[in-house]
Amino acid sequence: MAVRRLNELRTGDRAIIERVQGMGRFRHRLMEMGFVPGTEIVVEKHAPLKDPIEYVLKGYHVSLRHEEAEKVLVRKTEEESRED
Amino acid sequence: MEKEITIALAGNPNSGKTTIFNNLTGARQKVGNWPGVTVEKKEGTTAYNGYTIRVVDLPGTYSLTAYSQEEIIARNYIIEEKPDLVVDVIDAANLERNLYLATQLIDLGVKLVFALNMVDMAQSRGQLIDHEQLSLLMGVPFVPTVGTKGQGTGELLQAIVRVAEDRESVFRHIHINYGKELEEEITTLQGLIRSAESSVDEHHARWIGIKLLENDEEVIKEIEKGPRKRAILDQLEQSKAHLQKILGDDPETLIADRRYGFIHGALKETLRHTRKNRRYRSDQVDMVLTNRLLGFPIFIFFIWAMFQLTFNVGRYPVTWIDAGVGLLAQSVGGLMGESLLRGLVVDGIISGVGGVAVFLPNIFILFFCIALFEDTGYMARAAFIMDKVMHTLGLHGKSFIPMIMGFGCNVPAIMATRVLESRRDRILTILINPLISCSGRLPIYVLIAGAVFGARAGNVIFSIYIIGIVMAILMGQIFKRTLFRGEIAPFVLELPPYRMPTLKGTLIHMWERGSMFIKKMGGIILIGSIVVWALSSFPQNVDYSRDYEGQRRRIQAEYAAEIQRGDKEQAAVLTEEMERKIAAVEILRKREFQEKSLLGRLGKVIAPALRPLGFDWKADVALLTGFVAKEIVVSTFGVLYQANEEGDESDTLRVAIQKAMTPLVGYAFMIFVLVYTPCLATVAAIRRETGTWGWAAFSVVYSLALAWILAFLIYQGGMLLGLG
Repeated sequence: MAVRRLNELRTGDRAIIERVQGMGRFRHRLMEMGFVPGTEIVVEKHAPLKDPIEYVLKGYHVSLRHEEAEKVLVRKTEEESRED
Repeated sequence: MEKEITIALAGNPNSGKTTIFNNLTGARQKVGNWPGVTVEKKEGTTAYNGYTIRVVDLPGTYSLTAYSQEEIIARNYIIEEKPDLVVDVIDAANLERNLYLATQLIDLGVKLVFALNMVDMAQSRGQLIDHEQLSLLMGVPFVPTVGTKGQGTGELLQAIVRVAEDRESVFRHIHINYGKELEEEITTLQGLIRSAESSVDEHHARWIGIKLLENDEEVIKEIEKGPRKRAILDQLEQSKAHLQKILGDDPETLIADRRYGFIHGALKETLRHTRKNRRYRSDQVDMVLTNRLLGFPIFIFFIWAMFQLTFNVGRYPVTWIDAGVGLLAQSVGGLMGESLLRGLVVDGIISGVGGVAVFLPNIFILFFCIALFEDTGYMARAAFIMDKVMHTLGLHGKSFIPMIMGFGCNVPAIMATRVLESRRDRILTILINPLISCSGRLPIYVLIAGAVFGARAGNVIFSIYIIGIVMAILMGQIFKRTLFRGEIAPFVLELPPYRMPTLKGTLIHMWERGSMFIKKMGGIILIGSIVVWALSSFPQNVDYSRDYEGQRRRIQAEYAAEIQRGDKEQAAVLTEEMERKIAAVEILRKREFQEKSLLGRLGKVIAPALRPLGFDWKADVALLTGFVAKEIVVSTFGVLYQANEEGDESDTLRVAIQKAMTPLVGYAFMIFVLVYTPCLATVAAIRRETGTWGWAAFSVVYSLALAWILAFLIYQGGMLLGLG
């Protein structure tokens, strides 16, 4: 399946992290928060104004802004429609 | 002699570190700041098994890199102060990510105990952790605890003593294996470091090697200061290039990846999920609280409730304190008799201390609310909801709360910026906060707009609030583009599960911050009040242009005869009339005294600077006194403008202002009041929260300049348009 950017996924989507782009502090922070290749990530929900976006990975919840999620490359695994 | 063990308490934010600290130390805590920074430092002691155990609470961090102030503080404390051991508080329900910090502590080669906190939560989520097996794998004892219920504290202390005494059989230094290629480079660097400085032990040299590969600025700086830096840094470049070539990624990423690999391996054998379903109650609560439609109304309701509690419920104790201070001033004043000392004690010290004391109820209630928001996990959601709006203003989602609090009082608002983790966001929010018009400025607008704008006063005052908000946004944009360029911290915000806070924990939280306010700000405000008192009461002997004393005696004599002649009812009416006349004379005397005091002279000195804004020297003096607290401007006006000898006080003041100010000058003056130099308490708060006088001075100067420019534009522009 094609590599996508994390911010392109929709609520309920599941994906596997491929790599984190960007550099320095931002990239390092994401890596240590668990955004390492091979990790499964789920799109939990969008904030009321669409930005930021809440994700679940490694059993915890974290939110990223669109511009940050854009730097995370993922491979989508399944589409899951949930009632929110 | 009693033996002492010093332990440092590390852990991720939201890991329940604070409750573990409270359980270990009870009420014996000291709150201060880490040297030179505004990160809170807490210390406490406990007695156990013949040991005095000193517990130092490190800032909550996800990691020990050099990317944030908190992380540098935590790391430097461990490396430089060398505590006997480090206790890492690990959230059992969020084990994988919490163990990342644990792997870094293992790399540091220090003695460790892991507090496996909130095991009850993990269990209820169907996560079974074999903590004994995990202890063996990681070479560090894991002690299960439930901080909120006080469980496991005894076992934790036992483990601490066992490890400190080297009696813990589980404990051993393990090496996290970073894989063949990385290990080779680490070993090479380790060798170079040890040959450069033989005092560095094996573990520490390995840690430095890993940190160098991780591109750690602080460690690189250290190496640059030390011997043989060229050899080490050259080798580092070679190693990095080599790793990039064979593994296709930079070592920083590879190391983080391997750490998670190690954690994954350890958990594979020790963590079992008994439930597949990952929907928890916390998520259901969140579905409502951050709902697309309900999220905002609920958030606004919470903010409204906090505002009401802080400023409206807080008003009652404020009134009591105010009355108490008044009573104290009166009785002390009565005891002392007319003298300079009385002036100092009553008008300087008591009113100065009183000025601080009246803030206390508001501040404590506010801090209670904020502690509640933080302890329940709602604060993170508030930031989540508001981030989009605040981000367009160049701020962080969490900046919203301080900004809205500013409408009440800028002092607690500035203290509320502590919820912001990034120093850049914190200072930016602090700098623009005074532009949000606080309740202390409202009486000034009411007085002046009421006098010069009549029925349109309401709209005029509203426009001033709006101008304040617009200026805050504008200045935020300007500061963001000039002072804080390129320092943007990643947003990456953890949304911890909702938790039921404990009353004790929330109260401790509130008390720590509130008492800090009293200690650190009381002194500055006291000194400032004394200075202003002195300026307005010296020189003591004024050459009055009129004989006020004689006038007073004449009025008294005049009425004394009449009062004697009349009956009881008449006497009462006459006495009242006499007192009113005497008061009017007294106001005239005070006015002249003020005019001839140092403060009055200062007002006249600065008058030329403010003349282009259309202000007269009386307005200037009022602005000077407003530096202590903006509401004082009104009472200074009362003294300086009141010229009439009869009639209702506020009405004559209104008439006097109408005579002295055109609507244009009045508007320029109100804008000046809105923007100029924050009050003394706010300046003290800025100094305290930024940690330097520099930012406080900057805030004073920039706001003064901005106020002048705006008032100038309004007055001169208005004159050009013929509005004067």
